[in-house]
Amino acid sequence: MREHLLFMGKQAVRMVLLLACVSIAAFFLVSVSPVDPLQANVGQAALGSMSQEQIDKLNAYWGVGTPPAERFVSWAFDFFRGDMGISLLYRQEVSKVIGAKLSNSLWMLALAWLISGTAGFFLGVLSGMKRGSALDKAVKGYSLLIASTPAFWLALVLLMVFAVWLKVLPIGLSVPIGVEAKSVGLLDRVRHAVLPALTLSITGISNITLHTREKMIDIMESDYVQFARARGESSWSIFKNHGFRNVILPAVTLQFGSISEIFGGSVLVEQIFSYPGLGQAAVTAGIGSDVPLLLGITVISAAIVFGGNLTANLLYGMIDPRIRRGGRI
Amino acid sequence: MKEKQVILEIQGMSVSFDQYAHGFSKTTLEVIRDLDVKVHEGEMVAVVGSSGSGKSLLAHGILGILPYNAALGGKMLYQGEELTQERKERLRGNEIVLVPQSVAFLDPLMKIGPQIRKGKKDPASRARLDRIFEGYHLKKEVQDLYPFELSGGMNRRVLVSTAMMGEPKLVIADEPTPGLHIKMVRRVMEHFRELADRGAGVLLITHDLEQALAVADRVAVFYAGTTVEDAPVSDFRQEETLRHPYSKALWQAMPQNGFRFIPGTQPYVKEMPEGCPFAPRCTQCTEQCRGEIPFRELRGGRVRCLHAV
Repeated sequence: MREHLLFMGKQAVRMVLLLACVSIAAFFLVSVSPVDPLQANVGQAALGSMSQEQIDKLNAYWGVGTPPAERFVSWAFDFFRGDMGISLLYRQEVSKVIGAKLSNSLWMLALAWLISGTAGFFLGVLSGMKRGSALDKAVKGYSLLIASTPAFWLALVLLMVFAVWLKVLPIGLSVPIGVEAKSVGLLDRVRHAVLPALTLSITGISNITLHTREKMIDIMESDYVQFARARGESSWSIFKNHGFRNVILPAVTLQFGSISEIFGGSVLVEQIFSYPGLGQAAVTAGIGSDVPLLLGITVISAAIVFGGNLTANLLYGMIDPRIRRGGRI
Repeated sequence: MKEKQVILEIQGMSVSFDQYAHGFSKTTLEVIRDLDVKVHEGEMVAVVGSSGSGKSLLAHGILGILPYNAALGGKMLYQGEELTQERKERLRGNEIVLVPQSVAFLDPLMKIGPQIRKGKKDPASRARLDRIFEGYHLKKEVQDLYPFELSGGMNRRVLVSTAMMGEPKLVIADEPTPGLHIKMVRRVMEHFRELADRGAGVLLITHDLEQALAVADRVAVFYAGTTVEDAPVSDFRQEETLRHPYSKALWQAMPQNGFRFIPGTQPYVKEMPEGCPFAPRCTQCTEQCRGEIPFRELRGGRVRCLHAV
């Protein structure tokens, strides 16, 4: 019990340190960026027609002129008290903006994550067990091809095929245009999430497939599988008794560790599908110098990614008997 | 013993690998050739050879678990009938069993009990395993352990237990006692001796001649992928009763017989000489040794040497 508490304590300290570092890095990058918040958000023309008084007011609103360190400290202080600040662009509390965007993104990302995880795992297992077969070659070829395909390009291709030519799926956004929020059904939301989720899962599959395949080949060549074969176990029995058990651990770990990739990919993909999610909000905040929102999104994303990695760690300890029974986590 | 039925007879077995050397030029490496072994009921035959002579491939060949790029040649008879791949697959784990070197051959993530039962949960399998464990003085709790939790003393008994789930008529033990204390070795060997005394044929594959002489009935000396001599254990009491110059060299290398060694090393597969593989290190080598050398009967044993008397 003491060991578990110690472990959790260590992880908590690690998480705080990570979030501090990430927010400092993000803040530093915004503060050295050449983007002038006034020019970016008010526009060159409007700025020219304003009085100096108005400009000073706007400067104060965007925090131009205040030393970066002071701005960061005041943000961090408020953040610790649970106040994430007001988004300068949306003029709403950052927590509300993130909440709204996250609820759009999260289930789309979760869908992509689940599809790529399960499909990748099964493809990897099959091709690893049937190494050298036509199936294996097809899976390997597909994975290598997809691994070298940029997500944004694939998004554009899918958009062209399904939204423009076949007209079966909407071209963008997360809900239909010109429909009251109340009357937006679940089906509408799903239809709008299909293409972005598909793009993310198609590109996410190759990673998990290739890793699972490689691991499966190692397992099939291992001494214990050879011995199982010598003991007359069939291919199915070998998979059921030894293959699955040994390959699921690394696959799960990898999949939880790859949450960051799905998150990263979502920035590009949401941009292309005009999907109003967290990724798009991050881009808007970055370009518009909306520091409170950007930092909020950064911290939340980092926390989710960290949570994924932590889950992988914990699962390892729970599943692998060598860790569970053999000693500490 | 001579009257007993032959369980396994291997004639001129060969194992070769396809290898891609540079780009697409394929070469075939013949790792085992002209291997002859015979195992009778209730008999323990030791195949003795140094490391890298391809001994483990012999076990894999009999069980039909050679890697996909390996080709098996020669003839294999099990209880008088040809041992085809299909028959191997039917018999292995049941009549033909393998006892591996160490617990590294067990799945690290599967508990001992289910693993030995191959995942079967029916009462009959459970009862059978319980009986086997009792016979080897293993507690029932051991079934709930993972391989990494076994103690050194349990390891061997667990591994031997895996062989007992079927009705073994041929037991192949592949280096069953690597790096074990001599006391332990004796105890492990007793298990195999017991199996042989119950009527199974035991094929012990080892690099340890001394160990083989202590328990086996007959010894097949294996050199560079070939059996050079097949002799009863009693012939190893003195050098004179041995037939092949390599067997004699092995005999001389034993601590109690002078600890002398002959120069040179076992030839690598790619540099295998024509004819007798031992020719480069042999003092009796003549021109004829470069040709085909038959495995011939001699004084109650067999030898692959033209000059043996």
